[in-house]
Amino acid sequence: MTVPAPRASTSQFDTNELVINMGPQHPSTHGVLRVVLRLDGERVLDADCVIGYIHRGVEKLCENRDWTHIILLTDRMDYVAAATNNLGYVEAVEKLMQIEVPRRARYIRTILAELQRIASHCLWLGTHAMDIGALTVLLYAFREREFVLDLFEEFCGARLTYNSMRVGGLPLDIPPGWDRKLRSFCDLMEGKLDDYETLLTNNRIWLKRTRDVGVISGEEAIGLGLCGPPLRGSGVSRDLRKDEPNAAYEEFDFDIPLGTRGDTYDRYLIRMEEFRQSIRIIRQGLDGLPEGPVMGKVPRLLKPPAGETYHAIESPKGELGYFLVSDGKSTNPYRFRVRPPSFCNLQGLKRLVRGHLVADVVALIGTIDIVLGEVDR
Amino acid sequence: MLDTVVIPLLKIAVLVNAVLVAVTFLVLMERKVIAWAQSRLGPMRVGPYGILQALADPIKLILKEDITPVKADRYVFTLAPIMSLVPALVVFAVVPFGPDPLYYIGDINVGLLFIISVTSIGVYGIILGGWASNSKYPLLASLRASAQLISYEIAVTMTLVSVILTTGTLSLVGIVEAQRESGIWFGFIQPVALVLVFIGGLAETNRAPFDLPEAETELTGGFHTEYSGMRFALFFLAEYANMIVISAVVVLIFFGGWLRPFPNIAWLGFLDLLPAWIWFVGKVFLFLYVFIWIRATLPRYRYDQLMSLGWKVLIPVAIGNLVVTGVFKVVF
Repeated sequence: MTVPAPRASTSQFDTNELVINMGPQHPSTHGVLRVVLRLDGERVLDADCVIGYIHRGVEKLCENRDWTHIILLTDRMDYVAAATNNLGYVEAVEKLMQIEVPRRARYIRTILAELQRIASHCLWLGTHAMDIGALTVLLYAFREREFVLDLFEEFCGARLTYNSMRVGGLPLDIPPGWDRKLRSFCDLMEGKLDDYETLLTNNRIWLKRTRDVGVISGEEAIGLGLCGPPLRGSGVSRDLRKDEPNAAYEEFDFDIPLGTRGDTYDRYLIRMEEFRQSIRIIRQGLDGLPEGPVMGKVPRLLKPPAGETYHAIESPKGELGYFLVSDGKSTNPYRFRVRPPSFCNLQGLKRLVRGHLVADVVALIGTIDIVLGEVDR
Repeated sequence: MLDTVVIPLLKIAVLVNAVLVAVTFLVLMERKVIAWAQSRLGPMRVGPYGILQALADPIKLILKEDITPVKADRYVFTLAPIMSLVPALVVFAVVPFGPDPLYYIGDINVGLLFIISVTSIGVYGIILGGWASNSKYPLLASLRASAQLISYEIAVTMTLVSVILTTGTLSLVGIVEAQRESGIWFGFIQPVALVLVFIGGLAETNRAPFDLPEAETELTGGFHTEYSGMRFALFFLAEYANMIVISAVVVLIFFGGWLRPFPNIAWLGFLDLLPAWIWFVGKVFLFLYVFIWIRATLPRYRYDQLMSLGWKVLIPVAIGNLVVTGVFKVVF
């Protein structure tokens, strides 16, 4: 015989569920995400994500821009990781037009992408820690992110929306002395990573707040279409840098950290390790940087042959894919479609938060590392 | 007349003003200390090194529009911040700043009990404030507050009982005098109690890592989400005044109040050149610094973890400490 769960009788207590709007103006929804939570006390029964508050129609806009101008719009999707957005797009166009990219350009692209990964993870670490209440880590992580932005500024003149790549290569070679600065940044960052870990990794409160919070199994993560660190946190070895190497990744030696439990703490550890692997890749890239031009042979007017292509890279947040259709006649894409990692990972939030407490919701929004500019586009 | 009315009134006026000024500068101190911890400068614009920020903030808050939400319970909404601040100030009536009757307003024989009971009234301010706002986030916050503050009060009170067993008096002056007679600060005799009272104090004053009722990254400010202007400022003042109260209690009970270090070692007598109240205030601010330091370092507990820490760790340890103290008292 099954015993029904005890319920307070409605005559005594009003046991209505509380529907609460978290966002779009909320300090820890990382932008303008609105999460409609159904609460029983503090426990989350269900959550619905409402998105679209900064929808700018990037995909439609791209259909009316020529192939080079689109690079600039890709900056505005994941605006904290503009370089990887550029990289994914220009490589997709190169794939469509079958343009050969010089080896030096591919090396520098790899370095830029990994530098961008560090910057993006710095932002993730800072906001994630602050959502859980560790204020100081935010400032520390932003301090180091500033160095990355300085390096980008020296490379391409911009600090956030870089527009740093071109179809067929790079607009500019690296400035003189830049590699030395990058090396010293790598040394500095390694020390700072230890600082962050001192504050968080073995901190009992941090462990309590992240261990066994938002546990998701590998199969379920695949089923939800998760990608990037949330997928690898569940032990699924899927990293496009290894599986389908782009840029110059096949020439580098690096490890893919994997989680075992699939909880928030594992995802945290994975990203911390990714910092270190990125530094390792950057060092290898600087050591083996080949000489040569940074721009391949590209026609002045880009007009890809009729056809379509899908190209995906591993952005800091996961699998960033571009699907491009060219009609072969005009100088702009017939269709431009993005598979944004943030959007796909955000789908997992509903599953992750169910049964957890309100305080965990912000921790879980932090752990999937979304950027609303990319979710809404 | 002079002794019973005028001088106490003067003392009260001086003390209340001193506390309020201390609170404004404590806010500045918090901002500065956290800024240094985070490799920033903190406020730098108002006055040299931002010192006048302590005055600019209250002026700004007083001049701001004071909004009452339409659906709020107007009277309770106004009453709540007052209920929160007044007990925090009343407590100072029994806090001795020095051995001389000049340095305290009243030395009542149940001083410690008075502090415990009056500070618990302050909890109502938070609960009612969240309730009267008639808004969802403050409601959640006030639910958290009522559970958290009440359960931690049990732990703190239990712990203080073991201290009372050691001193044999509830008078705060008496407790400090007892420490002078025994020649050692009680913090060294009762280290467990010290830690418990300090943790409980953090929780009772809503400070990180137990700042759940106002957890801004979760509840957007918690119980004071709907408050603005001077009413918000009263909550703010109350929080910092309570911090000073807890620090003062910890200093009085565990760190010898106005006594210098090692009060019975004669050759350290030159330390008495500093007036007693400076020793006291200095120690209080040392603890306030620790409060701020903790806030800059630690993440926040979750609600259920906080409750289990309170009920499953602090209260049993407090009871154990009480039993051990009692046994020692009987045996030795």
